[in-house]
Amino acid sequence: MDQTITKPRSFQEIILRLQSYWAGQGCAVMQPYDMEVGAGTFHPATTLRSLGSRPWAAAYVQPSRRPTDGRYGENPNRLQHYYQYQVLIKPSPPDLQELYLGSLRAIGIDMTLHDIRFVEDDWESPTLGAWGLGWEVWCDGMEVSQFTYFQQVGGHDCHPVSGELTYGLERLAMYVLGVDHVMDMPYNDPDAPIALKYGDVFRQTEQEYSRWNFDVADTDVLLRHFEEAETECARILDQAEDDPKTGKRIIMAHPAYDQCIKASHIFNLLDARGVISVTERQSYIGRVRALAKRCADAFVMTEAGGYAA
Amino acid sequence: MPDLLIELFSEEIPARMQAKAADDLKSRVTNGLVEAGLTYGGAAAHATPRRLALRVDGLTDRSPDVKEERKGPRVDAPEQAIEGFLRGAGLTRDDLVERDEKKGRVFYAVLDKPGRPAAAIVAEVLEDTIRNFPWPKSMRWGAGSLRWVRPLHRILCVLTREDGSEIVPLDVDGIVSGRTTEGHRFMAPGAFDVTGFDDYEAKLKRAHVVLDAGERAEAIWQDATNQAFASGLEVVEDTGLLAEVAGLVEWPVVLMGEIGTEFLDLPPEVLQTSMKEHQKFFSVRNPKTGRIERFITVANRETADHGATILAGNQKVLSARLSDAKFFWENDLRVAKSDGMTAWTDSLSNVTFHNKLGSQRDRIERIAALARELAPVVGADADLAAQAATVAKADLASEMVYEFPELQGLMGRYYSDASGLPAEVGVACQEHYSPLGPSDDVPSAPVSVTVALADKIDTLTGFWAIDEKPTGSKDPFALRRAALGVIRLVLENGLKVALFPHIKEAMLSSIIAVLRAREEAASKELQDQKAKVSDALSVGLKLDVSTLNLPDRVSLLGSITRDEVRASLIDNESPNVLGFLHDRLKVYLRDQGVRHDVIDACIAMPGNDDLALLVKRAKALQAVLETEDGGNLVQGFKRANNILTQAEDKDGVEYSFGADPKFAEDPTEKALFDALAKAEAKIAPAMQDQDFATAMATMADLRGPVDAFFEAVQVNAESEVLRRNRLNLLSTIRSTCLQVADLTRIEG
Repeated sequence: MDQTITKPRSFQEIILRLQSYWAGQGCAVMQPYDMEVGAGTFHPATTLRSLGSRPWAAAYVQPSRRPTDGRYGENPNRLQHYYQYQVLIKPSPPDLQELYLGSLRAIGIDMTLHDIRFVEDDWESPTLGAWGLGWEVWCDGMEVSQFTYFQQVGGHDCHPVSGELTYGLERLAMYVLGVDHVMDMPYNDPDAPIALKYGDVFRQTEQEYSRWNFDVADTDVLLRHFEEAETECARILDQAEDDPKTGKRIIMAHPAYDQCIKASHIFNLLDARGVISVTERQSYIGRVRALAKRCADAFVMTEAGGYAA
Repeated sequence: MPDLLIELFSEEIPARMQAKAADDLKSRVTNGLVEAGLTYGGAAAHATPRRLALRVDGLTDRSPDVKEERKGPRVDAPEQAIEGFLRGAGLTRDDLVERDEKKGRVFYAVLDKPGRPAAAIVAEVLEDTIRNFPWPKSMRWGAGSLRWVRPLHRILCVLTREDGSEIVPLDVDGIVSGRTTEGHRFMAPGAFDVTGFDDYEAKLKRAHVVLDAGERAEAIWQDATNQAFASGLEVVEDTGLLAEVAGLVEWPVVLMGEIGTEFLDLPPEVLQTSMKEHQKFFSVRNPKTGRIERFITVANRETADHGATILAGNQKVLSARLSDAKFFWENDLRVAKSDGMTAWTDSLSNVTFHNKLGSQRDRIERIAALARELAPVVGADADLAAQAATVAKADLASEMVYEFPELQGLMGRYYSDASGLPAEVGVACQEHYSPLGPSDDVPSAPVSVTVALADKIDTLTGFWAIDEKPTGSKDPFALRRAALGVIRLVLENGLKVALFPHIKEAMLSSIIAVLRAREEAASKELQDQKAKVSDALSVGLKLDVSTLNLPDRVSLLGSITRDEVRASLIDNESPNVLGFLHDRLKVYLRDQGVRHDVIDACIAMPGNDDLALLVKRAKALQAVLETEDGGNLVQGFKRANNILTQAEDKDGVEYSFGADPKFAEDPTEKALFDALAKAEAKIAPAMQDQDFATAMATMADLRGPVDAFFEAVQVNAESEVLRRNRLNLLSTIRSTCLQVADLTRIEG
């Protein structure tokens, strides 16, 4: 079987193969969340859907932003904007490791030639009040994925447990395609009439955002936005469950969670601007966690969160 | 006598947990079997990334039958009581026997508890072991509630006899026991059955799994050293890494690769740390140059291309990692060379050391001031010591130490040398953290010793000033280690230094730091509140004053005057720090065989903050006490002291002056006067030279005259003149004998 799989030739082909592989395994292929997030885990399809008792299976690409990792497009491996591929299945199926290895085969990794290892790596997100146990998956010594069994999210025990897979797409693709600098990686088919490299698409934006993230972003405005998001999140969740207009019970867990995501990203921007001291860091993280926890509390009281009236 | 084989097959177990998990499996299962009445010949446990296995040989077939007696109510007890007893025991009246006891006839139930077959016991014990396994961290998976370190997939449990083997039936949350296991995930996928341990081990090996971790480690080491040797190189030994790597593979394949030449100029420690921490590579060194030139990685499989793809991939990852390291190294060198590390020391003012003690920068300034004062007694140049203290922690702000904290100090040395600072300063950067433990080397270069001492004393006074002392087993700031460091630095370098004045000085600096940190926190709080107010006003909100948390500056600072600080903290806490050093010194000397009462007797003497002097006293005293004369002298001294103390209490005067040989009546009395005078003539110059051994030996020589005196003479004589003279003579014995140590504290 390994021999019959051809090597992919571009970044987007790897994404397409992952999409079709996980669709074939029965996942709902979702689209990226339309907000700035630090990692695929922040997508409500993971954070919120890992809560409660209802089964769930989703896969999606999530653009992710880590302002402090900006290197003006010059570092071969570091980007402030990059893509994660995220799979979440609840309850975690007993053959999840095998399913995962199948996805590596699908993107052209020949298991008979490579050394795949599951190396202990426990995952914790202090801002989401979440943790799980699992591994980082190594292919020939390189970390190609995170593999986590969620134990707690937003302070709630996960029952059933979700299995989460996160692929760092650029790094994985560079490895599969044999490229040394991310900007040199073929984005679309290298034989296409207009062949584009990753750098053609993203070099300029990396420069622009690096400058803005590090030196230009207005910290006073950001600080105010942080407080506003925090206030709005709390205000949304303080509303009565019953909507006076429709007379229906509508808990607004997702709109509130949007504000939590926003606060989290603003915190990352402030961090990149270097205006958050070590002691303040902890308190900001604590404030975001408090929002995440309230959103989780709200979500488990909704239908999607397993609440039965 | 069957043999038992158990295997718990799961997803990958963290390498660091495997050895203990194997031990726990063995002890929990064997203890459980023995408690249930079985015995066994031997047991051994094994672990691989995907399995824990246990063999128990020569298990008994059944637990023995036992009779159990249960005492019931008296025969004449009310009917309900007897009925209740029968219900509880599940018996009828006919099953009871009557026995005479002191208090009358009593019913007894005799229960026959038949032995149980081994399989039933094994099933029970194994289920209990699985459900209560002491993993450092465990998890749930899927929809179940069972906990294991990672999802548990199979339970293999087989009892093997000469005539065949049987599965021990058990079902733990839907995982049903069997005789099936799996081999290597990639090299031999698929399941197979086994009949017993030998069959299991052999089939595993055919399926590319080496069951025993020790065997895997040994194979890795053998192959690694052979490959290195063949290229004229040697593997840098690292037993921790070897054990970890052996826990990451079931079928170890050793591969040696090259490090890109552009990285060979990095300090060897940087190469080694980066390769070990990130990639779990062994370093391969050229014994002629001492340089790290290659790496060894251990793969988990054989491949058709003999590992070429795997090695190429690993090499690529290594290059990316080392590019980072090289980037840090070159950036750091640029900073170090441009301004002698001041950019780093400046930036440490933004790094909190402890929120009650201010920044790292503040701390460094305290250490530098203290180092300047300590330098003369250590024999270091004061300017050099202060300079070294100022840059010793600068590397904490470097990129390399941010990435690899374990390289602190060492990087400081490289950067100090690169920036052209004196060599002693660089050495001090590296050495001032030492000694880190009881067996760690103690620096001897004067500048290093000075900075190391200042660093540790400042740590002690700082945490004492904020009341963060170690309690019981809790010592989060490693203050015991700091105290032992001070002791070893002083003693092993033979430093003659009275520590107390330095402790007081350091305590004063620490307290000033505490006050300054409080003041800064208070003013920051004020500013925050002010900002909140102006924000609120600027957007036209009504301000709720009750939400403001305005600090009371008066209570923070105003009420404490400098004198009160001195009185309350410096004078109280400084002796406590010295006392803590004495406590650690006791532990340190006890390990060297010095009696605790001997140390106490010496700590009671003045000048006890000079630790070298203190130890010299203690060793002299201990040596004399080990002689017969010495031991007896202490008895004589105590007798003299007791009589004298009683008389002084009774008379309300102190007999300390004016013993006159002309009132001596008895020859032994005269002889004692004589001996004491001669002894004092020898002791005084010895004490002058701090030659405690001679002083103590001379005192020990007094044993004969003192014993003879007590033998022949009644101290409390009728004649008041005689009595007073003799008491004054005893006082001479006392003052003579108390010169080296407080002998009243010697036990026995």
